Amino acid sequence: MSEAILTPRARPARRTAPRGAALGKIFEGLCFSAATALLVALGGLLVSLLVGGWPAIRKFGFGFLTTATWNPVTDVYGAAGPIVGALTTAGVALVIALPIAGGVAFFLTELCPAPLRGPIGTAVELLAGIPSIVYGMWGLFVFAPLFSRFVQAPLMMAAKPGSLLEKLTAGVPNGSGILSASIILAIMILPFMAATLRELLLTVPAAVRESAYGLGATTAEVVMSVTLPYVRTGAIGAVMLGLGRALGETMAVTFIIGNAHGLPSSMFDSGSTIASTIANEFTEASTPMHTAALMALGLVLFVITFIVLGLARLMLRASAVKS
Amino acid sequence: MNTLNPAVDEFETSIADVDRADVRVDVRNLNFFYGKIHALKNVSLPFARNKATALIGPSGCGKSTLLRTLNRMYALYPGQRAEGEILLDGENVLAPGVDLARLRARVGMVFQKPTPFPMTIYDNVAFGVRLYEKLSRADMDARVEEALTRAALWDEVKDKLRGPGLGLSGGQQQRLCVARGVAVRPEVLLLDEPTSALDPISSARLEETIMQLKADHTIVIVTHNLGQAARVSDYTGFMYLGEMVEFGSTDSLFTSPATQKTSDYITGRFG
Amino acid sequence: MSAPAIRLARRRAADIVFKAFCLVVTIVALAALTAILWSLLSQGLGGLDLDVFTRSTPAPGSKGGLANAIAGSVMMCALAMVLALFVGVLAGTWLAEYAGRSAYGAVVRFLNDMLLSAPSILVGLFVYEILVAPFHGFSGFAGAVALALLAVPVIVRTTEDVLSLQAATLREAGVALGAPYSFVVRQILWRSARSGLLTGALLAFARISGETAPLLFTALNNQFFSLNLTHPTASLPVVIFNFALSAYDDWRRLAWAGALLIAATVLAVTIVARIVAREPKRS
Repeated sequence: MSEAILTPRARPARRTAPRGAALGKIFEGLCFSAATALLVALGGLLVSLLVGGWPAIRKFGFGFLTTATWNPVTDVYGAAGPIVGALTTAGVALVIALPIAGGVAFFLTELCPAPLRGPIGTAVELLAGIPSIVYGMWGLFVFAPLFSRFVQAPLMMAAKPGSLLEKLTAGVPNGSGILSASIILAIMILPFMAATLRELLLTVPAAVRESAYGLGATTAEVVMSVTLPYVRTGAIGAVMLGLGRALGETMAVTFIIGNAHGLPSSMFDSGSTIASTIANEFTEASTPMHTAALMALGLVLFVITFIVLGLARLMLRASAVKS
Repeated sequence: MNTLNPAVDEFETSIADVDRADVRVDVRNLNFFYGKIHALKNVSLPFARNKATALIGPSGCGKSTLLRTLNRMYALYPGQRAEGEILLDGENVLAPGVDLARLRARVGMVFQKPTPFPMTIYDNVAFGVRLYEKLSRADMDARVEEALTRAALWDEVKDKLRGPGLGLSGGQQQRLCVARGVAVRPEVLLLDEPTSALDPISSARLEETIMQLKADHTIVIVTHNLGQAARVSDYTGFMYLGEMVEFGSTDSLFTSPATQKTSDYITGRFG
Repeated sequence: MSAPAIRLARRRAADIVFKAFCLVVTIVALAALTAILWSLLSQGLGGLDLDVFTRSTPAPGSKGGLANAIAGSVMMCALAMVLALFVGVLAGTWLAEYAGRSAYGAVVRFLNDMLLSAPSILVGLFVYEILVAPFHGFSGFAGAVALALLAVPVIVRTTEDVLSLQAATLREAGVALGAPYSFVVRQILWRSARSGLLTGALLAFARISGETAPLLFTALNNQFFSLNLTHPTASLPVVIFNFALSAYDDWRRLAWAGALLIAATVLAVTIVARIVAREPKRS
């Protein structure tokens, strides 16, 4: 019966099915497989870290997260040093970068004269793409000597014996250390955060801002009382996104953090992050347990960033839905 | 016969305006749902062969929805469904198992906003033809020329057939879409407010084209423009809130509408 | 002064402080970034000569270039892009055209975003486990796969975004002529979204051309010039990493030259991507 619909009027040289019909199901299947491959890749990543790190997890248990010893000779490993290092450098980097990125974003959206807006905005976005190894090199060769000479040495000399400042600045003033790494990391995530925050600010409808200005509010007041609350959820999401990236950063940090395994005891002390430890030691891992420990370290990083990035995404989506 | 609604009774008799033998597409008791929303309520009407039927009514009355059931365009979107019968030359288009691609080759559509494909003018027109027919180069050239001529576009583009379809003006793009639609020689042509995005001059030209296309195609045109409906169509159906309120020959519907509602709409009391 | 006047003065003062803060930090930020670019240029140009492109990495203390590293990077990035485009465009198309609002589609989108921002070193570890350890050998191929895993999420995102932007009537117009849906996607939508897809590919390339961490234990490094991807392959970022941390001046100079090359490539590709994205549709 429905065959009648299929029979067209008599025409010369008709195909029995439209061109491309046979490929239809295959094409859809291919697309679906590609999407599933993504799932499999991420799942595989998690599984490989679990499997690879299992010997270390089984041997050290939960203490892996809290012990600070990292001794390839005795094959005893504890991740506390790298974990604390990662959290500290990322946290301090965020504290430094966030106000600056926010200031840049507000400058671009509220204060900047119109002809400069495009070029500066573009410059910021382009700089967000510079590979981290460039920041690492600059940090090591340009920043470190300057930091050592103009910040570390004077601070250490000014610190009175026994004071808090002395404890905070103990160490060798060679320009590297936890604080140096944090600063370089801050400079590195700065363009990205500024660009993200600026995009967020641009979602505030002109009508909302203009009505605030129309009431006689100053720029600072409009920003604080109207714009910021409007983008609050998205801003938190952007901050967490920056945090997630800072936690996983390898190259910007490895050059300048000093690569010591214990818990850092001062701002200028050497330390390590999870990523820098893996980068430095993986290819020369001395024993299978060493390799497993590094894998387990990777697993810890995966879990932390997964949580942070997951939350970030939730916040960014929530704010996008609103606007 | 539905005796609950006197308007529908009158509606039934005016369907008789169309000789049963001349019906190309017959809609019977069509109900349409967007999810839970009942958008078309028991709509029935005939579309006469090689004549133009206009669907008019205020925004949201369901005329575009009705148009899109005729080629089952709604099937692209989950959650939309139709119940009832739509008979194309006696076969029910809504039956399960109908080959949608084939159906759409027989029932063509032109949209409100011109949608030229990102390819040359020639390829735009040839697109639908190439789906179903293997023509020689000369035959395809002839077919493209025929389609563009019928859409009153040939003279303007014959020297730039290899140029981009997107390079034409709005009115020309819409006529390109008409050419694309008639190139496959469909039996029915559905027009969804085809001139609403065009300037008056292009609109007038397109209306002339539609009048000429009537000779070979059964045309259904949805329009907000009552003057256009009066100029172009032979039959008109007035819809309101998902129901077919009145249907008849254009002349009689416009000069002496049978229901108060129709009369109010036509005279501009609401709309 | 009256109370309202004092309040007004205070508000104005706060406003000035705020504006000054924004201006100052912008200048500071731009200054820092300019300083970095300046160092890159001055140090990098100093080490850039013809040898860099014609000779391979030298032993410590001798002269050489970066030819093998450049070749390795180009090969691995090219292969990575081929793999990533194939998977990424298809996956992005699935999300835009076939996934609808399904839960599975939401999961895929979520995980794609995770992969987009995931630490690249973990991707290196993963590829090590599946492509290096089982075969007992580092290879350029493994390096390319690791880079591909980093490029795919970018391409999936941009493909889905640009396809979703295509007007619904464009799809309907194709379907209305009796074309199967997949045909409409391939012949009409992909063509219409051409520039957006190209932009996505360029952005993905810019991203992976500077990545170091994932190559550290997949492609490793190779002192000599080789076009064989089944063996350890040199790459610019890894060579820079090794040379920069060394004590040799020659190596350090090459490291700066390499860093300049990478940064210049990334900037050039990103700028081209933006130009392509801005290309106005002829209408």
